[in-house]
Amino acid sequence: MLGFLGSRFLQSVLVLLVASFITFTLVFLLPADPARMVAGPSASVTTVQSIRHEMGLDRPFLSQYGQYLGRLLHLDLGRSYKQGSPVSALVASRVWPTVQLMLGAIALELLIGLPLGIWAAMRRGGWPDTVVMGLAFLGASAPQFWLALSLVYLLAYRFALFPLGGYGGLSHLFLPALTLGIGGAGWYARMMRSQLLEVLNQDYIRTARAKGQAPRVVLLRHALRNAVLPIVTMIGLDIGTFMGGVVVVESVFGWPGLGRLVWDAIRVVDIPIIVGVVIFSATFITLANLLADFVQPFIDPRVRYR
Amino acid sequence: MKRIPMLTAALTLLLGSALAAPARGGSMVVSYKDDVTTLDPAIGYDWQNWPLEKMVFDGLLDYQVGTTKLEPRLATSMPKVSADGRTYTFTLRPGIKFQNGRELVASDVVYTLTRVLDPKTKSPGQGFYVGISGAQAFIDGKAKTVSGLKAPNKSTFSVTLDAPNAAFLNVMAMNFAFIVPKEEVAKAGADFGHKPVGTGPFRLTSWPSGQQLVFERNPGYFYQNLPYLDRVTVKVGLDPSVAFLSLTRGEVDLLGDGIPPAQFLQVVHDPRYKANVLQRTNVNTSYLSLNSGVGPLKDVRVRQAINMAINKTKVIRIINGRGVEAKTYLPPLMPGYDPAETGYKYDPAGAKALLKAAGFPNGFETTLYTNSTDPNPRIAQSLQQDLAAVGIRASIKSQAQSTVVEAAGTPNIAPLVWSGGMAWTQDYPDPSDFYWPILSCRSAVTGGWNWPFYCNKALDARAEKADQMVKPGQQAARLKEYASIFSALNKQALWVPVFHEVRYMMRSDRLVGGLPELEDPIHNIVYERLSVKK
Repeated sequence: MLGFLGSRFLQSVLVLLVASFITFTLVFLLPADPARMVAGPSASVTTVQSIRHEMGLDRPFLSQYGQYLGRLLHLDLGRSYKQGSPVSALVASRVWPTVQLMLGAIALELLIGLPLGIWAAMRRGGWPDTVVMGLAFLGASAPQFWLALSLVYLLAYRFALFPLGGYGGLSHLFLPALTLGIGGAGWYARMMRSQLLEVLNQDYIRTARAKGQAPRVVLLRHALRNAVLPIVTMIGLDIGTFMGGVVVVESVFGWPGLGRLVWDAIRVVDIPIIVGVVIFSATFITLANLLADFVQPFIDPRVRYR
Repeated sequence: MKRIPMLTAALTLLLGSALAAPARGGSMVVSYKDDVTTLDPAIGYDWQNWPLEKMVFDGLLDYQVGTTKLEPRLATSMPKVSADGRTYTFTLRPGIKFQNGRELVASDVVYTLTRVLDPKTKSPGQGFYVGISGAQAFIDGKAKTVSGLKAPNKSTFSVTLDAPNAAFLNVMAMNFAFIVPKEEVAKAGADFGHKPVGTGPFRLTSWPSGQQLVFERNPGYFYQNLPYLDRVTVKVGLDPSVAFLSLTRGEVDLLGDGIPPAQFLQVVHDPRYKANVLQRTNVNTSYLSLNSGVGPLKDVRVRQAINMAINKTKVIRIINGRGVEAKTYLPPLMPGYDPAETGYKYDPAGAKALLKAAGFPNGFETTLYTNSTDPNPRIAQSLQQDLAAVGIRASIKSQAQSTVVEAAGTPNIAPLVWSGGMAWTQDYPDPSDFYWPILSCRSAVTGGWNWPFYCNKALDARAEKADQMVKPGQQAARLKEYASIFSALNKQALWVPVFHEVRYMMRSDRLVGGLPELEDPIHNIVYERLSVKK
């Protein structure tokens, strides 16, 4: 187990190194000069050059990247071109809102998706199955921007059940988390249904039934435990999907998370923030996947890492 | 019979005006889609930052609210100007204090302007102040101080220029010249933009990143009757459509980004909102830039043909009528604007004839660059159709704004550039601000903003001479000269000036503030003059 986790850890470090290199290269190749964006239209060409020098942009690529990696070892992500503040502080101030949003979305995904999937599996071929699968398809394919505005209009504006936007307690969290979670809930419902149907056809389920166990016990004790395993892996992968989705959701709801931070940075070509958020997100996703690997043996004792 | 209603009307008017008189106290909420990057006046340089910076800071000079007329602010009066027109001497109002309690002195002004010029500050305003004597030597590291900035005593500040500049007082009224205290900048370092301290009507009391900025009344403000409000909350990151819903529900008092495009037609045609919507033509011009150094565009007749080929009303329809047709480069509110200038009429047949005369009877192929944010790609398509109608086949390159800026500022790359999203807006109300940064020889260089890459040394010399007409009696002649310079540029057809943006603001029922305060031509929103109904 420890050996496996150790090698996964080394793999993760390599993944992060590659992610930082690719991001740095892509941003470096952008046909836009950040010094000119900082200098503004009234600056003379010599001013732009002096700003470029000040920002270290006139040095060769490898020298810039090497220096960046050196600073990264000290957890220093550089300073924002536009705001002047350290990127690590900016990222730190935005992590918790994004984590809240993700936890809320995962909770809603599971709370909505799993019971619906189970219900559909139990009523296979019946109207609940058709309705649930239809809704799951709709939820998974609805554009997030449209979904967000529709939920705001209906639940926050027409029926005034939730605030219209902004950051705060659970009432503020619900709509953005729901927007982010609806698509996932659809996937979880479909997955739960197919997993459960597969498991319910297994011999040991037939044995359990033959032994005269109650259908609820068969479902909860025998079938679900095996059906839920891929779901845990999926939660780990979900974190990566969320990182893309939070940009839209945070922008609509005024949620002060990482998605908004990077969106605003892209708008003004604030490279240290863009690279910083990408590296942080890559670390976050890698750790989430590591955690999912770590948790699996506890759910299913058959899973053993060597 | 008629007297009674008239009396009632008069009474209502009186009562109404009494009710509308600014009441002290209360608070308001304004919403913006984008985060505020900084409140450092040396760095912040966009229409969203500037009104917020003005809440915390003041300059020596400012404009009368709602006008383009300069007046003293931290200075006791307008400055004394030396006989050669190069030295301005200001006297500071006595007893003005920074929000940290320290008295403002003249050396603070010297420090503020030196800081803007210092390359380490990376101020986008540096270019405006390089005309100060000794500024270039300081920027180049050849001098430790700027010789043209002096503070002989604590209430006197003087600035000397290399050459007279009629627009310099406008430059002194820009946000970059808002006075900052040295010790606070030293304490906060690069984070001063998040911990601003000035002499202004409000002080920043909280700024949770990405959520909101809260400004509270500065109790020691030198204008004793201002500001009217106790608190201004600036909510950031709210989608414009959500912000609009918040306003109708009374949670927001002012839409900082204006009316969202999706709700625009519904709002302006709804009689319920008539009193909530204000509109004014901005001092800006959206244009199609024609690169005079590329292929067929080198020929002035081709550029003129393009000017005649563009249907401006169609473009204005695309933006829901939020613009007035531009006939020349300067917007109507800019001094020097010539109302007699008719520009090029929409005339596709005439355009075809001109193209034929220039040797392109079958037109030619070219490329049109545009910012990829809506509605710009749609506008570019409209321009593309108009050009196709006269035989010019333009392929559209729709890219991120920074990429378009890069291409447009590189010689021989971008033949046509639609300026949408980067339309030229005044920094200060003087025609020189529409000449030097975007149409002069010094800006027709790689990395410059003269996208037509047009350089006419004779026009530069005329503009330079006009800028030296600093005596009050020469003002009218100077503006006439600038009008003539822009007329010459229009004849060269370097731009197709398409429209001047009409800006719509929407306020709540309780917010008191009219066009002067909410559509100020310089500061956009003047928060110190806003109030709420009690």
